Amino acid sequence: MAYIIIITGFLLVLIGLWGILSQKNLFKIILGFTIFDTGINVVMVSVGYVQGKTAPILDVISQKDALKSIVDPIPQALVLTSIVIGLGVSALMLVYAIKLFQDKKSLDVNNFKDLKW
Amino acid sequence: MIKKIIIIGLLAGVGVIFFQLFQAYQVPTILSNKLAVYYAQNAAREVGAANLVSAIVVTYRGFDTLGEVTILFLTAAIISFVLKLKKEDRVPDRPIRETSELLTSSSQVIVPVIFLVGIYIFINGHLTPGGGFQGGAVIASGVLLMLLANPHMEVSHKLVAFIESLSGIGFVVVGVLGLILAGGFLDNRFLPLGTFGTLISAGALPLIYIFIGLKVGAELSNILGTISTHQNEKNS
Amino acid sequence: MIIAIAAVLCLLSLVGAIMTIHSKKLSIGIIASGLVSLTASILFLLLAAPDVALTEASIGSGLTTIIFFYALNKIRQNHD
Repeated sequence: MAYIIIITGFLLVLIGLWGILSQKNLFKIILGFTIFDTGINVVMVSVGYVQGKTAPILDVISQKDALKSIVDPIPQALVLTSIVIGLGVSALMLVYAIKLFQDKKSLDVNNFKDLKW
Repeated sequence: MIKKIIIIGLLAGVGVIFFQLFQAYQVPTILSNKLAVYYAQNAAREVGAANLVSAIVVTYRGFDTLGEVTILFLTAAIISFVLKLKKEDRVPDRPIRETSELLTSSSQVIVPVIFLVGIYIFINGHLTPGGGFQGGAVIASGVLLMLLANPHMEVSHKLVAFIESLSGIGFVVVGVLGLILAGGFLDNRFLPLGTFGTLISAGALPLIYIFIGLKVGAELSNILGTISTHQNEKNS
Repeated sequence: MIIAIAAVLCLLSLVGAIMTIHSKKLSIGIIASGLVSLTASILFLLLAAPDVALTEASIGSGLTTIIFFYALNKIRQNHD
């Protein structure tokens, strides 16, 4: 089962990258970033899976045999931080897109030629 | 046409790298990472919390949590700075359709229950799955329901700023108290560890989670309130 | 049995991702990205990570979709 999920995570990363590189509407590019983020988080959590073990919470498992019955808790702690930061980055990108639209009246990426030389 | 070929070539290259990573991956049958073995054997005794992921996020890796809280604060500040409306730019409201009575009367019943569930999630962060970030997000969705049911409401800026700065100062003060009275920054052993598995246990861990939950809830409500203002600006 | 559930959920998330990029209307794309986050949250639960599933369901599938819709509203308002 973990093999299927890690392949799905990698495919989500590829679809997100394709959305960023090939779309012209600014909102679609930001949606591509969100899918890319979700795919990377799925890959990171599925690296820490141990076959047949359960969640790292010690209410039914006693303290003595915690080592024999939990999955790896470290990738879960890192992904917790990563999801919240992904929300912050998406919100900032959307606010910049709103300001760009108020200035240039269009959402097409080919119209923003201010930095070309 | 050239652009599409270059994009497909690039994605094929990245796909080859991912395929080689996938071939080197094998699901293990026992926990063999040395750091994970140390956490599984000693974290429950040293920290006193039943939820191992909470113990790692708040005490062993507490400095990363401080960085994450700083990033959320910067995001909320930048959004309300960029989308600021000056007083002379406000035009009178366009007429808004009234929300249906089902939404307004049911939101008066459901919103206190949502706040209660959010506060329950971050107070019991050391016993069950949950914690400060999840509880803060649930509180922000309660504020969102209030905003949807009553479009003329504005999230009061002074109240949100007061709660957020108080929680931030509280978080840093608890961290420095851990530095002075116990082992290091954000060490939770300066309060007694208590019985394993009860509500008042694990030292200062529930206190840290209460501060984080209030701070994250206030920041996310601030972001929602800033983006959702319905007044038109003058097209400059 | 669990492998069948995981396979169906993975297929659903890939279909949702392709619908996000290829849809003609923006509202359908935003709802499809909410669907991808929701199926990712159930996959986290199958991988024995309940903390991460709670966080992804509330933040990824709830708040991100709402912020996208608010931004779309601001742009449509200034358009006409």
